[in-house]
Amino acid sequence: MAKRSAPEVNAGSMADIAFLLLIFFLVTTTIETNQGISTKLPPPQPPTDAPPPIKDKNVFIVLVNQNDELLVEEERMDIKDLREAALEFLDNGGDGSCSYCNGQKDPESSDNPNKAVISLRNNRETSYKTYIAVQNELIAAYDELRERERKRLYPNEVPYLEMDAEYNAAKTDDSRKDELQPKIEKLQALYPRKLSEAEPKKD
Amino acid sequence: MSKFKKKKSGDLPAVSTASLPDIVFMLLFFFMTVTVMKDSDLMVDNVMPYATEVQKLDKKDPVMYIYAGKPTSKYSKKFGTSDKVQINDKFVSPSEIKDFVLEYQSGLRQELQDRFITALKVDQDTNMGIITDVKEELRDANALKINYITKEGDALQNVK
Repeated sequence: MAKRSAPEVNAGSMADIAFLLLIFFLVTTTIETNQGISTKLPPPQPPTDAPPPIKDKNVFIVLVNQNDELLVEEERMDIKDLREAALEFLDNGGDGSCSYCNGQKDPESSDNPNKAVISLRNNRETSYKTYIAVQNELIAAYDELRERERKRLYPNEVPYLEMDAEYNAAKTDDSRKDELQPKIEKLQALYPRKLSEAEPKKD
Repeated sequence: MSKFKKKKSGDLPAVSTASLPDIVFMLLFFFMTVTVMKDSDLMVDNVMPYATEVQKLDKKDPVMYIYAGKPTSKYSKKFGTSDKVQINDKFVSPSEIKDFVLEYQSGLRQELQDRFITALKVDQDTNMGIITDVKEELRDANALKINYITKEGDALQNVK
């Protein structure tokens, strides 16, 4: 009698099973969009504390009204000009103490980047997308200045935004983080992000 | 000789589907690794605005999501069309947010607690009023690190 070989298991339905699993995962999961603008809220303050006095010329006031229109330093402005205006204000260096500033040194504008504060106030009816666009432009002004200083101080380093991303990522090893930390802190100290958000008017 | 003669047949051999499971498994593993399980059902419209100065949230960071926007068409009959805040699977009023945050924070391990981030997934057409209320609550709860989730792209297209 001929030796009978063991019958092969039919694998034809394997594809069906795998498809079923695939479709299950496609339906129950999402690709996360986990990126966005990071900010820090100011810590809660006791109401008795008076705010520290700031000279008017050191404050860059940005108002956004309910129709999503911008009023910057009491003049109407288009949002695409906001970054340039903020950059000029931050980089002004009016009192001459800022050796790395390239600004106009206008005595009527901010003294130095350490004193310069951007104040953002929006209406309760302002739309979120405008608010994000304004935030984005203001933060971009800071990042642009920091990137400029990065090129001057650490020309061999990756761009500032990548440094920051690398520093915040969990997979970066500690030695690299230790290397990045003083550089990032130095760049942030040159142009500290002083972006204050006033409470919106109730009207 | 006839013993070794090849069987002659005119029709084409069938395409082998033996590698199909491998291909599908490859796809399956790809999707399993790049996606995450939906943690909550969205009950609000959620189209994010664009921004360029974005930071990626790390997967290992403890992140709590707060959704805001107008209720979707399914829920707008019951809850109206004004802006709502959603946490986990239900609508909450802004004054309840503090409790949710504190509850979430207390469930974290000690070393993660100071890295706690609140991610705001807000629809682009929401009014700032409700966002301001949410921020005020977060400030009260001492959850100061926040992240406005956005899509990457030129921010100026938001205002067109």
